[in-house]
Amino acid sequence: MKVPFNWLLEYVDLDKDINEVAEKLTLTGSKVEEVIEKGKEIDKVVTGKIIKTEKHPNADKLTVCQVDVKDEVIQIVTGADNIKEGDIIPVALHGSTLPGGVKIKKGKLRGVESNGMLCSEAELGLADEDSVHGIMILDENTPIGVDIKEILGLNGGVIDFEITSNRADCFSVYGIARETAASFGCELKKLDLTFNENSENIEDFLKVEVKTPLCRRYMAKMIKNIKVGPSPEWMQAKLQEAGVRPINNVVDITNYVMLELGQPMHAFDYENIEGKKIVVKMAEDERFTTLDGVERQLDSSMITINDAQKTIAIAGVMGGQNSEVTEETNTIILECASFDGVTTRLTSKRLGLRTEASSRFEKDLDPNLVETALKRACHLFETLKVGEVVGGVIDCYEQKLEPHYVKVSPKWVNDFLGTDIVVQDMVTMLQRLDMEVEVKDELIIKVPTFRQDVKIKEDVAEEIARLYGYDVIPTQKIVGEAVEAEMTKEQKLIEAVKRTMVSSGLYETLTYSFFSPKVFDKINLSYDSELRNVVTISNPLGEDFSVMRTTLIPSMLEVMQRNILRDNKEVGLFDIGKVYLNVGKELPDERYKLCVAIAGDVDFFNLKGIVENLINVLSVDKAEFERETENSIFHPGRCAKLLVRKRYAGVLGEVHPDVLENYDLETRVYIAEIDLATLFEAAKMEKKYKPLPKYPAVLRDIALLVKDEVEVKKIEDIMLKQGKGIIEEIKLFDVYKGKQIPEGFKSVAYSIIYRAEDRTLTDEEINKVHNAIVKELEERLEAKLR
Amino acid sequence: MREKLQQIKEEALLKLKECQNSQMLDELRVKYLGKKGELTTILRGMGQLSPEERPTVGKIANEVREEIEAAIEETLKQIKQREKNLRLSMETIDVTMPGRANRIGGLHPLTKALDEIKEIFIGMGFSIAEGPEVELDYYNFEALNIPKNHPARDEQDTFYINQNVVLRTQTSPVQIRVMENKKPPIRIIAPGRVYRSDTADATHSPIFHQVEGLVVDKGITMASLKGTLDAFAKRMFGEKTRTKFRPHHFPFTEPSAEVDVSCFVCGGTGCRVCKGSGWIEILGCGMVHPDVLRAGGIDPEVYSGFAFGLGLERIVMIKYGIDDIRLFYENDVRFLKQF
Ligand SMILES: [Zn+2]
Repeated sequence: MKVPFNWLLEYVDLDKDINEVAEKLTLTGSKVEEVIEKGKEIDKVVTGKIIKTEKHPNADKLTVCQVDVKDEVIQIVTGADNIKEGDIIPVALHGSTLPGGVKIKKGKLRGVESNGMLCSEAELGLADEDSVHGIMILDENTPIGVDIKEILGLNGGVIDFEITSNRADCFSVYGIARETAASFGCELKKLDLTFNENSENIEDFLKVEVKTPLCRRYMAKMIKNIKVGPSPEWMQAKLQEAGVRPINNVVDITNYVMLELGQPMHAFDYENIEGKKIVVKMAEDERFTTLDGVERQLDSSMITINDAQKTIAIAGVMGGQNSEVTEETNTIILECASFDGVTTRLTSKRLGLRTEASSRFEKDLDPNLVETALKRACHLFETLKVGEVVGGVIDCYEQKLEPHYVKVSPKWVNDFLGTDIVVQDMVTMLQRLDMEVEVKDELIIKVPTFRQDVKIKEDVAEEIARLYGYDVIPTQKIVGEAVEAEMTKEQKLIEAVKRTMVSSGLYETLTYSFFSPKVFDKINLSYDSELRNVVTISNPLGEDFSVMRTTLIPSMLEVMQRNILRDNKEVGLFDIGKVYLNVGKELPDERYKLCVAIAGDVDFFNLKGIVENLINVLSVDKAEFERETENSIFHPGRCAKLLVRKRYAGVLGEVHPDVLENYDLETRVYIAEIDLATLFEAAKMEKKYKPLPKYPAVLRDIALLVKDEVEVKKIEDIMLKQGKGIIEEIKLFDVYKGKQIPEGFKSVAYSIIYRAEDRTLTDEEINKVHNAIVKELEERLEAKLR
Repeated sequence: MREKLQQIKEEALLKLKECQNSQMLDELRVKYLGKKGELTTILRGMGQLSPEERPTVGKIANEVREEIEAAIEETLKQIKQREKNLRLSMETIDVTMPGRANRIGGLHPLTKALDEIKEIFIGMGFSIAEGPEVELDYYNFEALNIPKNHPARDEQDTFYINQNVVLRTQTSPVQIRVMENKKPPIRIIAPGRVYRSDTADATHSPIFHQVEGLVVDKGITMASLKGTLDAFAKRMFGEKTRTKFRPHHFPFTEPSAEVDVSCFVCGGTGCRVCKGSGWIEILGCGMVHPDVLRAGGIDPEVYSGFAFGLGLERIVMIKYGIDDIRLFYENDVRFLKQF
């Protein structure tokens, strides 16, 4: 909310710079978004009077003006078409500066001398370029030769505040003035609410009926003999500085009071109120044209203002075209009411129409503010001679909101804040916020109705804390017994996984948790896969982000694609992220998965090596790899599943060429996806020490000829089984196909290291075992010794 | 014979000077000192000498032998040194050529920053808690004092699974889950993903990370809140960092504050990053609202607490001058390698 600084100073006597005030208010809880000092940049712009206009001799669209700026008459050429002789306008003299640092110098326009520039509101930084037309015409009584900043009140600058939802009372210049007075400890001036009325009574002209409790209070005053016209210069300037466009004196007064006090108002043309009656009730389904000329669909969740026949306004949001104040308007009904916050907010949301009025009502305004605001408006109607106030008032206010009480002990406040504030200081601070305080054992605080946010003792503590100054509250360590901080087993293991992945040369990625349901086809996932059973977002940002992921593979493939297409050819990535499995409960099963992807000068075994490293680092118990031919994401001959204690823990392999094609990838990509919980269950955290061997090892090589399809794991299983506990290690050192090897066979060569823990092995002993191995391999696998 | 010996010695020493390498030296040794060498040949002729002469000549012969041997030894040393020097000079390499090692990867910048934050809080006795990202409306809103139709719900554009289930918009629901499961003293941080239905652009992301903090015990005060976060800021951004607590409003804390730290880019004098103010807003915090304590099953008349929440992306972006939040989720290796 924009608060013009000079306007603010009308209510508090304060000799402070705008930035000082902004800083102080920030520290007492009114957050400043920005301090805008528009006038700061304007220099040598004065008021002038056009005393003569002539057509430009060489250009149809230009006018040559003689302008009286008091000390001299200067000639200025302008392209504007809204000016005439006698107009008083802002003149940027030779050598002047405008907002944005624009310098104005004299020169010739199509051969005719021009010694300055006539300014529009936009050029003075008062309005947007498109909202104004032509030169700014000032009131005819404006003195000439005076600095425009003085005339328009641009010396002060504007403070833009962020108003939080709990502080409706701050959504006004006067509300901010109250905070300013409380912050600096100075006095808040009273508003002039006095006015005279004629002897007539509004009740003879209008009946009001409120049919919904969502309208807590409805007041109306009548103003007659209205002279619609522009509002005074000072009022227009203030409205504009606060970001509200001046329209005419009637609307401007209602807007002025809204900005000043935070209470929106609406003026109806009395002539258009049929049946001399206003009814406040819930809307019916109907089309209704608002002031801005837009036809809108109403429904029964919205409050409307009606006359005897028709709807005339959407309560708290916008009036209707059918009862708008026009130049012909003679008598108006001033509506000042209190509408329910939530209802107003939902209405404005549903209509897509957020107005200055609705943004205030939605914060739930104080119904007692209604009366103050209405009086203030009447005061302005009278003093500005816009109309005559009719006697009497209509006030529908069934359940009067009374001030409430909060009790709090000063000791509790100090204990809670960690401070040492004396009681009298607490009392003074609360009094500055218009709270009445009775000091007994506890403070008994009478809270004004505009502070509905102060309900409990913690709220009072906050009021005291912010005026005392958050910066003055001491800083302390947490007292109390020490708490043991330790990472859980899962957290430690995840750290270990990350370290292992990094030392395997991989970079960590983070990807979105949701994706498109179309990715399942894109990765060739079988139709009956459980992974297709997703959790769906009901209001996604689009189909591409509409279901929670059940696998990390698609997002990983996207990242690989992005990198490879950008020429990052040697890529190794890992992602540790959650998947969200729909298990038919209210909330999905959220599980951490590890996804690894590599491409470039690598093959399946580089990937497997990474997974094996991980298994070793975590000391995973009983981890095995088995050929996997059923997983359609992967190359059918180059895919393995990881089993841990015989349970499925993940998959690794070369991505199927069909899938690569779907991702426009021409290089082979190797991906693993592992369920971390399954892995972690078998991770033995504590290591066991085994003494270093005392007896020598014996190494025997063995070369075998076996059929192609014999997996080396089968050979190794047999070796270990026959090894009778004296095999320390088996090393596969060569697999060979080609020359000297018959078609369909391969040569496999191993080193077997024999060693016993408790004795030196004899040749005899080793021969016995070695021969048994060979025999078993020959019998079971049809292997031949080479 | 004496002359002969003298001659051999001189000849040998002369030839020794011509020796260029150890092979030539070996040949020389054989020629003079070997079994069929010249010196040996002469010594064999010792028998022809008179018995009186023998010892003298024998002595001379030995001296000659020793002298030659010593000279050979000395030359050998020199040659070896020379050869070594030669080898060393031939083996010179270009040490500016790249080294060889297993490539090492790297953690995502957000993970790195989070690790730093975790370490600081673990050092202060905090544990790490987690909670679901697909969360009940109750935990994400209701229990945090944000009933249906509360304006705060509009401020946080929420993804809904259904009426009762949302993608959590903040890490604060973990507060309630922790309180439900653990009695005070509680000291936790809860880092994690949160979701808002904002279309991605340079400054918005539908997914981002928060770190929540919660402390509940007897005698927890606003001063302890200030002390804890001030200590955090100093460890995270440097010992000279100052903090500024500004009053603010959150439904789940009372009193509430936003915290600025003195700009860690310019040190507080004002720069482009802090928009000239010298301060950077990094987190929101406050004393846990009694309604929230009650929702967690904790009696606010006995216990008090504070909570805070910070946005991870924002801090990392400011720290490294990253101007587009989308870079974190694009995962271009050239980006990832820089951290
Ligand atoms: Zn800075």
